[in-house]
Amino acid sequence: MDIEAVARLARIRLDAEESARYAKELKGVLGLMETLGELDLSEVEPTRHVILTETPFREDVSGPTLSRDQAMVNAPASDGESFIVPKVV
Amino acid sequence: MTWESVIGLEIHVQLATKSKLFTAAPVGYDAEVNALVDPVVLGMPGVLPVINREAVTMAMKVGLALGCTINPTSVFARKHYFYPDLPKGYQISQFEAPICTGGALWADVNGEERLFELTRIHMEEDAGKTVHDASRGCSFVDYNRAGVPLIETVSEPCMRSAEEAVAYMKALFQIVRALGVCRGNMEEGNFRCDANVSVRPLGEERLGTKVELKNINSFRFVGRGIAHEVERQIAVIEGGGEIRQETRLWDDAAGVTRTMRTKEEAHDYRYFPDPDLMPLRIDSAWIDAVRQSLPELPRERRARFERDLGLGSYDADVLTQSSARADYFESVYASVGDAKLVANWIQGELLAQLNREGLEIESSPLSADKLATLLTLISKGKLSGKQAKACFQAMFKEGISADVWMKNHGGQITDAAEIDRIVLTVLDDNPDQVAQYLGGKEKLMGFFVGRVMAATKGRANPASVNASIKRLMKERM
Amino acid sequence: MSEINLDASASELLRAMDAGELSCLELTQESLARIDALDASMNAWLHIEGEGALAQAAELDARRSAGESLGPLAGLPIGVKDMICTAGMPTTAASKMLEHFVPPYDATVVRRLKDADAIILGKLNMDEFAMGSSNERSAFGPVRNPWSPERIPGGSSGGSAAALAAGTCALSLGTDTGGSIRQPASLCGVVGVKPTYGRVSRYGAIAFASSLDQVGPMARSVEDAARLLDVLSGHDPLDSTSIPAPGCDTLSTLKNSIAGLRVGVPSEYFSEGIEQEVDSAVRAALETLKSLGCDIVDVSLPHTPYAVAAYYILATAEASSNLARYDGVAYGHRSAEAAPLDAMISATRAEGFGPEVTRRLLLGTYALSSGYYDAYYLQAQKVRTLVANDFRDAFKRCDIIVGPTSPLAAIGLGERTSDPLQMYLMDVYTIPSNLAGLPCASMPCGFDDKGLPIGLQLIAPSMGEATLMRLAHSYEEASAWRGERPDLETLKKAGPPPGARKPRSQGEGA
Repeated sequence: MDIEAVARLARIRLDAEESARYAKELKGVLGLMETLGELDLSEVEPTRHVILTETPFREDVSGPTLSRDQAMVNAPASDGESFIVPKVV
Repeated sequence: MTWESVIGLEIHVQLATKSKLFTAAPVGYDAEVNALVDPVVLGMPGVLPVINREAVTMAMKVGLALGCTINPTSVFARKHYFYPDLPKGYQISQFEAPICTGGALWADVNGEERLFELTRIHMEEDAGKTVHDASRGCSFVDYNRAGVPLIETVSEPCMRSAEEAVAYMKALFQIVRALGVCRGNMEEGNFRCDANVSVRPLGEERLGTKVELKNINSFRFVGRGIAHEVERQIAVIEGGGEIRQETRLWDDAAGVTRTMRTKEEAHDYRYFPDPDLMPLRIDSAWIDAVRQSLPELPRERRARFERDLGLGSYDADVLTQSSARADYFESVYASVGDAKLVANWIQGELLAQLNREGLEIESSPLSADKLATLLTLISKGKLSGKQAKACFQAMFKEGISADVWMKNHGGQITDAAEIDRIVLTVLDDNPDQVAQYLGGKEKLMGFFVGRVMAATKGRANPASVNASIKRLMKERM
Repeated sequence: MSEINLDASASELLRAMDAGELSCLELTQESLARIDALDASMNAWLHIEGEGALAQAAELDARRSAGESLGPLAGLPIGVKDMICTAGMPTTAASKMLEHFVPPYDATVVRRLKDADAIILGKLNMDEFAMGSSNERSAFGPVRNPWSPERIPGGSSGGSAAALAAGTCALSLGTDTGGSIRQPASLCGVVGVKPTYGRVSRYGAIAFASSLDQVGPMARSVEDAARLLDVLSGHDPLDSTSIPAPGCDTLSTLKNSIAGLRVGVPSEYFSEGIEQEVDSAVRAALETLKSLGCDIVDVSLPHTPYAVAAYYILATAEASSNLARYDGVAYGHRSAEAAPLDAMISATRAEGFGPEVTRRLLLGTYALSSGYYDAYYLQAQKVRTLVANDFRDAFKRCDIIVGPTSPLAAIGLGERTSDPLQMYLMDVYTIPSNLAGLPCASMPCGFDDKGLPIGLQLIAPSMGEATLMRLAHSYEEASAWRGERPDLETLKKAGPPPGARKPRSQGEGA
């Protein structure tokens, strides 16, 4: 596993020490994950859903919304109207 | 070197449902910022999606109208990327198993009908909107649009010119509006087009490197943007360079495409089937019901107008540009029964007047019923052509009914005796012109007709006036 | 005020309140007083809804006096794992990422508790984002096991189990993805049930692994758990994975005889690594079941050794997806690192998530990344089929599967936090029933020589909650364990565990 590439993909900043530490810690677990390679799974269907039911639908009726205050109550930054984020680039 | 351009279009269509795709929060376009959100829209911890049945029905309508295969089972997949207007950090979309596969679209390219193939149509949720404010170094996020249902229609890379691309886009636009599944307002973002453009030497089978052109959201931009991009690519290759696979934006003011300043490397979307949703199952009964409910599509309607009503292809085309217009025509025609008369009046007078006032036919102050009354009077000869135009203006601008107008202004004069009487008066009043006419100046017929018209305030039937003048002149010879 | 026994079962407390021996207000006051006395050491309660709970209790007493009929859980003080959203009450998932988060909505299970007139006393500590088996992975410090304060209570629902064992609430809610209700129930000597997948709504339960998570009841007796399970379960239109069936009714058949039921004992659940005393306690329980008229049958679940690997691929993959929403944009922690956006997101996630969560997100992201989906995720889903088939085959020969919940009794705090793999392998007996989506439970079946609780695990076929609870109840009646309670004096004297702190409420400094 290329830890730096994966951390980038997962958007989790790791410094060099952390990268090395996680790489070491995950080695055993990765080895565990590889053990599945011992099985012949060519004839086995994957379980997409452990309980399969008919597609549940919702009728097209509009429902309640959050008030702006409720929507923004946990916002790290807002002007009461929009959520504010640092510039994209 | 002769170059061939290879173009495919991915068009996102917002479905005109009342509520969002996976939650009941309303869909709306005039709301205040962040007024159309609920915990599911915001992707808050613990929330779950439940699919809107009507959105599926609408997607099926498009699929059936385009002759796609409606897949009995399709699967929703999570498409992961990080962006502020994507609350969950993933978009619920469809990947390996879309709702529709195949399909084809007829489009009119410079008067010729061509068939363009589609690869697939899939359903997905829309993202919110991020507005960048460079001066303040921040961006503002509005989630009103987040969760709105979309279908993404993917064409085969089968277009070979910007004209074909525009024709395809227009044809698809017309269809989704005719089906009632899309509001069709491109400024609102109801219909959004991305193009994949590449070039290759004519005869070459392998595809060139494709460039994605984004946010070309008007027919004009699509045409200009694609045409420019093709030229740009040819110039690069002929100059010895290579085309870089990238995303570019069309800058219409400058007339160029520019590299989009995105975050970077090719996305690894880490698609996998969404464990929160069951597979979407569509049975044949549902497909049949939707098929029955399909309205007549523009192309079929146009063909019927030509075939059954005897209209020319130009008229048929103009009248079926929108369902509203075609419906209006058919309503008037049903009362009046003369297709050509109705077609002429709608195209000639009504559309012209609507255009002058910047109105769509849906907001016409003159309803189909009212126009029908006027045209019936005309077809029965109760009003002359000139009168009809004046009456039309009064009906359109002042809302007067045809009967009232006719009462006030008198109907057409067709009585031969009365016309003779007026003609005689005119002839008696203009002896010189009579003499000239009898002497051979037959062009003066127009002069006499004009005088009769003036005397009758346009009410006299021109054909009868003509006949009367000729007859009475003969008597004077 | 009569002598209130906070360690009594919820059923007994209901009876006492109904009979007028005890008021709701008194019960709530006493519970809060015990929390006050113990929790500085125990560290199970992240948030206590003192005022609200007392007001609600008083109101219930008033309604009862007015002759109104009350809900089936009326007046019972309940603790809710902080993984479950409670409107207006902090919900942190024991993470810095959500330290200040107050949801404007209730989870469906919370609504059902409220409709049943239960009193939500507060939120319970857990392993961060439900990832852990010891409750040592909380951003707010570990929880002490009331039976032995230097030991773990288990996880991830460690707070839910400990709070219950210590008598600070009558019932609690936990969540179980790979054993997170059952294992702490086992280590803390209480009853914990994971329902059939889809039986209890997941709406409002913060997602860890969508195809595995279930909310479940925890209690001091089987009857209590049955009562709570019946309230929680049933179809929810807000959850597309919710089974379209009404709620369980395990209470009405709870006391029926279990004679003739075939009890399957999987050889793979008595592998090396199981503590001798755990093995003995479970075998003794099997003897008790035999004496109650059950047939004991040997069964095999041959793919058990692969279950942990499959689980860690599926669970981490789904977790990496479910936790992608924590980006500091619309809610939750945001790094002070200003710009640009990507840097803010990466810093936010590095600051907000603890090391165990980070480990699993890296694993999960890797498993889903381009080129690896087929090798890992798809393979794991196939192993899932094999594990489910193992159970299906076993259930042709038996009605309930019985074995140990955990190979070990409670280990010491800090004893095994260094090697993640070792911790993961401890979930070997609980994970398979999550993969197969089967209903299962853990209940006390004895103590080791240090006085630490040992748990018996029961697994039933899909939708088999009624049989599960019936067998559990019969065993409980016939066994001596129900009355046992920890000695809380030692707990009281232990003092706060290292790293303990309370989540800062909104508005307080970072």
